[in-house]
Amino acid sequence: MTYEPEVRERLERDAKEIIGRYPRPRSALLPMLHLVQSVDGHITQDGIEFCAETLGITPAQVTGVSTFYSQYKRAPMGEFHVGVCTNTLCAIMGGDQIWDELTAHTGVGHDEAMPDGKISLERLECNAACDFAPVMMVNWEFFDNMTPEKAKRLVDDLRAGKDVAPSRGAGSLCSWKQAARVLAGFPDGRAHEGVPAGPESLRGLELARERGWTAPSPDEDREQPHEPVGAGEITDPPPNEPGEPIGGDVKPGSQEGRNQ
Amino acid sequence: MTTLTPVLTRNWDQADSFTRAGYEREGGYRALRKAFTMAPDEIVQAVKDSGLRGRGGAGFPTGMKWGFLPPSSPNPRYLVVNADESEPGTCKDIPLMLANPHVLVEGVIISSYAIRSNHAFIYIRGEVLHVIRRVQRAVEEAYEAGYLGKDILGSGYDLDVVVHSGAGAYICGEETALLDSLEGFRGQPRLKPPFPAVAGLYGGPTVINNVESISSVPSIVEHGADWFASMGTEKSQGYGIFSLSGHVTKPGQYEAPLGITLRELLDMAGGVRAGHRLKFWTPGGSSTPIFTDEHLDVPLDFESVGAAGSMLGTRALQIFDETTCVVRAVLRWSEFYAHESCGKCTPCREGTYWYKQMMKRLEAGQGTEEDLETLLDISDNILGRSFCALGDGATSPVVSSIKLFRDEYLRHFELGRCPFDPAKSTLWGGAK
Repeated sequence: MTYEPEVRERLERDAKEIIGRYPRPRSALLPMLHLVQSVDGHITQDGIEFCAETLGITPAQVTGVSTFYSQYKRAPMGEFHVGVCTNTLCAIMGGDQIWDELTAHTGVGHDEAMPDGKISLERLECNAACDFAPVMMVNWEFFDNMTPEKAKRLVDDLRAGKDVAPSRGAGSLCSWKQAARVLAGFPDGRAHEGVPAGPESLRGLELARERGWTAPSPDEDREQPHEPVGAGEITDPPPNEPGEPIGGDVKPGSQEGRNQ
Repeated sequence: MTTLTPVLTRNWDQADSFTRAGYEREGGYRALRKAFTMAPDEIVQAVKDSGLRGRGGAGFPTGMKWGFLPPSSPNPRYLVVNADESEPGTCKDIPLMLANPHVLVEGVIISSYAIRSNHAFIYIRGEVLHVIRRVQRAVEEAYEAGYLGKDILGSGYDLDVVVHSGAGAYICGEETALLDSLEGFRGQPRLKPPFPAVAGLYGGPTVINNVESISSVPSIVEHGADWFASMGTEKSQGYGIFSLSGHVTKPGQYEAPLGITLRELLDMAGGVRAGHRLKFWTPGGSSTPIFTDEHLDVPLDFESVGAAGSMLGTRALQIFDETTCVVRAVLRWSEFYAHESCGKCTPCREGTYWYKQMMKRLEAGQGTEEDLETLLDISDNILGRSFCALGDGATSPVVSSIKLFRDEYLRHFELGRCPFDPAKSTLWGGAK
């Protein structure tokens, strides 16, 4: 199976844009894997071959990279990919119980999707929201301070097609494929939605305001900005042209299998 | 008494804190204008003088790192921001980028100008969709305002910034693994030397700094190195975000001078949750040896935490009360390191694998005191023999827990099971 011509055309256009961001094309591989996942829902043989052909590397090299990273899936996931943090802190705060109850509730396990294709589950490692433990993620949006009941209701609501909003994120969840497209570097225009910070994130600031604590006040007599430094004063080294490939010999880190 | 010093968190309660308008209303991008009145080397010197040390865990002096770049090189030089925050317990950069992405962007522009780079990358872990949206948008807004692109603010200086999403791999927080990942490879660490300052991204001189380090630069430029150094301790200067999580009444982010103590922070956060007492905690994430209530008054700065036998790390204070089984905690961390070991070097790949197998058995009560010696022996074969710090970090919880809680391991073996009820540790099960 290969991509339909119009899908292929769009992929090629997007891939070209991604490659243009980097001094060397190979840097585009991770975003391109997010891109093909945004079309197929997981990393397919077609996606691997598309990346390989576009970047002039082998399918084995692409596969080697895609299997290293846990966000690239080797089988179809649900429209809503539901993660439960079971790293130590969240696990102890209740993540283990949430995971147990959620797997029993849905009948699926780690990186598995329900037959209707709506929901898949994943045991997550720490997602950098420990002050909101136990934490869950749906399509990589935050659901904070979860309980087993809230977790099951969340999954039921998603299966029933209800609009669900994360604790700190967009006003409603986008699909798994749409999320992958943002990760590929194609913004969806939703950055302005949602709160700036969750209540826990503000605890220190609120306490400081309440007690009148601030950082030391800077010297009020400090110099005001002058005219900018001119271009001629910044000469060493010469500015490079972003986006241009860099020639020269093979440098450390520029080829695979360099640890021999 | 130490008090909080909100700088990076100062605007987080403003509804539009993450927009350029909101950031500029609070004085944002003033430092950038001032930076362009300074020569690049003056900024490097100011960062050196400020005493700023890397906020990503290792604590290496930021200005010194910048100073390692060779004065000239045939290859372009790069700034890479490490926004791959994944260390268990660490949760400061993610809320920072969500609420205040422009302070990072302003820091990137000033830092790139200081090190004479024209191309910067922000490598954000891929599992934080909305954070990525916010940083993408902040970079777009900076281009729209003429803060990025060609001839920034008429300075003649050019800079392009790329927001790059990772794809789920803790190891990519290791700076050279991050570079391999950014170049489109499996994220595996590189042999050092050469250090990234000499041969980094695409072989060019590269500075890699943590989000919070780079975000601290605008305040140093605007208010001066002395202002920054007036906070903190003699060798650990400035402010930092302290993240309290777990069995604490008010978990959250507390921005304070380095050198504050857990006792002071717990007091601010309402103490350990009602009816319970502190059992153990991490000063800086799971890779830092655990502490107990004996360490409540250790100043949380690089030197004091080091002298007390752990590391300041990322100031990720995970608090566990007496309902928590330390063996279970260590088991789960060991599973994490085994999952995240990149497989490149044998001590880490095999060592974390065996940690996991053994800890599972021990937590289930199927062990003997001899197993503890085996665990320590494995630890000796990982620590200092691994390719990067991931393996070293994996040994921290194992070794420190055996040192501090040997009796609790033995109790598991005597009973033939775990003596704790996990339900009591949960958010909803804590009531006595």
